[in-house]
Amino acid sequence: METVSLNGLMESRDFTDRVCRESGQPAGNCYQCGKCTAGCPLAGTMDIPPNRVMRMVQLGLKDRLLNSQTIWICAFCSTCTVRCPRGLDPARVMESLRIMARREGTALKGRGKKVHIFNDNFLDSVKRFGRMFELGTMVGYNLKCGTPFKDGDTGLIMFLQGKLKFLPEKPREMDEISRIFEEVQRMEAEQK
Amino acid sequence: MNYSYFPGCCHHTSAREYDLSTRLVCKNLGINLTDVPDWSCCGSTAAHSTSRLLALALSARNLALAEETGLDVTAACAACYQRLALARHELSGDGDLMKKVNKITGKKYRGDIKVKSILDVVHESAGDQLETMAVKPLKGLKVACYYGCLLVRPGEISADDPENPRKMDIIMEKLGARTVEWGYKTECCGASLAVSNEDIVIQLVEKIIRNAVLAGANSIVTACPLCHFNLDVRQFKINRNLGTGYRLPVFYFTQLMGVALGLNFADIGVYSHFVNPTKLLRSIG
Repeated sequence: METVSLNGLMESRDFTDRVCRESGQPAGNCYQCGKCTAGCPLAGTMDIPPNRVMRMVQLGLKDRLLNSQTIWICAFCSTCTVRCPRGLDPARVMESLRIMARREGTALKGRGKKVHIFNDNFLDSVKRFGRMFELGTMVGYNLKCGTPFKDGDTGLIMFLQGKLKFLPEKPREMDEISRIFEEVQRMEAEQK
Repeated sequence: MNYSYFPGCCHHTSAREYDLSTRLVCKNLGINLTDVPDWSCCGSTAAHSTSRLLALALSARNLALAEETGLDVTAACAACYQRLALARHELSGDGDLMKKVNKITGKKYRGDIKVKSILDVVHESAGDQLETMAVKPLKGLKVACYYGCLLVRPGEISADDPENPRKMDIIMEKLGARTVEWGYKTECCGASLAVSNEDIVIQLVEKIIRNAVLAGANSIVTACPLCHFNLDVRQFKINRNLGTGYRLPVFYFTQLMGVALGLNFADIGVYSHFVNPTKLLRSIG
């Protein structure tokens, strides 16, 4: 089994406190029963299983967590959450870790990078059109990943079923959508 | 029964048939749906993975617009339902956060109206009239009701029991179908990981389909566009990549309700699936 260095733990108390505060979860309550990992449909593809993520939050292992693939592979299905005997919400902890990784500009790779590109592209569509424009989001994602023809077969099926729209649909009050993105950015900059 | 209806971004595209069948079935059941005026995206997973405030504000704008109609709001898409319901839950329990989010949206959301999934609405309103309304009972259909995650988790917003939901099963049984007992009704399909990490989703979906088949189902019923897309369209990739030969029709529960109510197949979009269900539907009765 891999060894985790616990040197310098006192300095990382701050990280533990922040994760607990931002997620609203008293991570210290986790007693490592492993039920979250047992029920997680994605645990097999994660580099750190969910119960270890909870333990690492307790220990303040910031770099390991923010650089993990796990936080991006978590699909927020919340199976862990409904089964936790301590009433914790590990899915929410994963969510907070994703937000932190992004805020800190963590360099992503592998699976995590792809999820991040997808999320960014999705939000870009919402920002521009007020709604997610499926075709634009998919094409944009493929171009950014350097795989322009990925899912071309799926796209063709959708086209034949009349499920592809070539133009985005927008709400009338687009300025209200722009306002949301601007205000959030402003408030979050103030909090920093 | 009157509700405001949140169509969601896929309502004219990947989930077209869910929207069509939802509107028609509700009309037939006497449930009046009025679109949330000028609705915008709920933010989905991308927003709540990026910024808590952004996620709350994108949903809160829609909640405020729905509140102006004075009607409780319902969403067909499980992801939209979860985001709207979670935003309502979080904002109603935190006055300061509500003020902050209202400042962002420039709207006055108060938290007065309820958020319900369309499954809940139909289950509640249709109740006992379903048996008598079924002009074409779903005899011969053995359905695996698949609820996925977002409709039933987390517990605060669950539209049914998070571990053993039954509402879809009850509706299908009342309409004459047989439902199967199986262990994958709330297992995750991987949702939008299908775009970024398709290999993972193929494994997850194969397990779900395999277990539905092993349980004796001849079709799967869902209440979520993401689940439907992953289970239906990705069957061809599963077969291609894993050498399997699945041809299991996947329906939205509203489509099978429409079939039982005698609606025109084309009007409820049963021909717009990747796995063609025509043969199975012909065998009904």
